[in-house]
Amino acid sequence: MADDTLRRPPPTAADDEAFKRELVQLIPHLRAFARTLCGDPAAADDLAQDAMMKAWDARASFQMGTNMKAWTFMILRNQFYSEKRRSWRQSQLDQEAAERTLVAVDDPEAPVALDELRQGLAMLPAEQREALILVGAGGFAYEEAAEICGCAVGTVKSRVSRARRALHAILEGGAYDRDGEPASEAMRSILADAERLSTVR
Amino acid sequence: MSDDENAQRGRPPRERLADDMIEQRPTGERRKASAALDEARLRQQAIGVRLRQMFDQVVNEEVPDEFLDILRRADSRSSENG
Repeated sequence: MADDTLRRPPPTAADDEAFKRELVQLIPHLRAFARTLCGDPAAADDLAQDAMMKAWDARASFQMGTNMKAWTFMILRNQFYSEKRRSWRQSQLDQEAAERTLVAVDDPEAPVALDELRQGLAMLPAEQREALILVGAGGFAYEEAAEICGCAVGTVKSRVSRARRALHAILEGGAYDRDGEPASEAMRSILADAERLSTVR
Repeated sequence: MSDDENAQRGRPPRERLADDMIEQRPTGERRKASAALDEARLRQQAIGVRLRQMFDQVVNEEVPDEFLDILRRADSRSSENG
């Protein structure tokens, strides 16, 4: 990255403008991703702002026309984990915060199933959770998610599939459907919500 | 009542449930397995829909002014320097 900066000419005002326009459009997505990583909405916004500024400061190293969303997500993720390493105390609180407020939503009308999904997600190992969120919600291809997480594509694939299975099992309350048991309360409300959503759309 | 009749009517009558659970029939088993697979797929889809909705809900929140303010300040700083 640093080498690229040296080789490329400094960005012009027009380059900066184009970069900024694209960056501004990514802010909502950065906020959403940050919220899934640190739970607490205020801390998430701090993280998203830091990532946004890091991206801005590093704009000379970004090649316009390549995937800025993946690039900024990678910056945000690195920022999150480097902050976490810096403070062991914070990482202890993280888990609690995640269980309480993972992707807390301000909307009082938010369907009940969100709470259960949030809690289910909080129970997954961090690397499975982020893989599932990037691919399942963020709209990234496995290859892009692998780039963001700094791991192999196969690793992302297996994390996503393990996350899906685990989340399903958690939401079923451990009573996987093999024996014809009815879905747990959590799964039932998720199914009901999904049905409602699909009729709305 | 034959196995097929049972399947066509969906769930067997309540009093037959215990019998069915004890007497595992191969064809019924297969049918059950494929139904369970469909069911599992449906649930995975439901979770997927929910997951996207959860994420999009934050995406659709209004971006706090702070974000744009910070970026604007940084931009004017860099244009002064440049």
